Amino acid sequence: MTELATPPRPQRREFRNINAFTDLTTYRLPPAGLVSILHRVSGVLMFLLLPFVIWMFDTSVSSEYSYARFKAAFNSGLGFVPGWFLKLVALALIWAYLHHFIAGLRHLWMDVSHAAVSKEFGHSSAIATLALSILLTLVLGAKLFGLY
Amino acid sequence: MSVNYGSKRVVVGAHYGLRDWLSQRITGALMALFTIILLAQVLFTRGPIGYDVWAGIFASQWMKVLTFVTIASLLYHVWVGMRDVWMDYVQPVGIRLVCQVFTIVWLVACAGWAIQVLWRI
Repeated sequence: MTELATPPRPQRREFRNINAFTDLTTYRLPPAGLVSILHRVSGVLMFLLLPFVIWMFDTSVSSEYSYARFKAAFNSGLGFVPGWFLKLVALALIWAYLHHFIAGLRHLWMDVSHAAVSKEFGHSSAIATLALSILLTLVLGAKLFGLY
Repeated sequence: MSVNYGSKRVVVGAHYGLRDWLSQRITGALMALFTIILLAQVLFTRGPIGYDVWAGIFASQWMKVLTFVTIASLLYHVWVGMRDVWMDYVQPVGIRLVCQVFTIVWLVACAGWAIQVLWRI
């Protein structure tokens, strides 16, 4: 038997899988990472709200009567759902669409331009995406809730 | 495309998934184009927008075709996206299959409804 040249090392902590609540929250997420996960969140949100989108399309274009129902739904509510809640859902859709749209254009731009694939551009374009989508959401949200 | 059947089937390697990646780009660009064209028609309308103006936008044949292309693009774009989400977060094969079947049914039903509405105008 040969002796080990070095003494055995102390047992290290083993990381087999990350925990969404105890590990993920300690990760530092750069703006590009935030844009990436929000691209996903906004996509899933729009997927789930797709029937609501088509309901809006249906009632707004089918006839004068359905158009009146469409407008009334957002003012006085639809069934047991109050109008302000429908406006909030529409506002969530507006944000999701804007974020997904702008982040998508950012993706397309990075696909066709080698110059755009850099750490600096990734950072600055991510901040621009977040700022522009939130700003436009606020502007359109103010219009939706009748502030101007 | 690479061979996708038999003993020479490509299981992993470069360009695997290229088709889905590329189609998500193209369908995304088509939907962006639709958004800009629809937005332009709304913004360049003079006066208040009532039912006539709004439904009138979708009444022309070219707009119907463009909207139809957008609905078809949406169907495939969302399928690729949601499939990616299920593949990343849902590991058990059985539950993943249920999620994928739900996605397909949900999307085909929504697309059918939207197309029915489109040709009612």
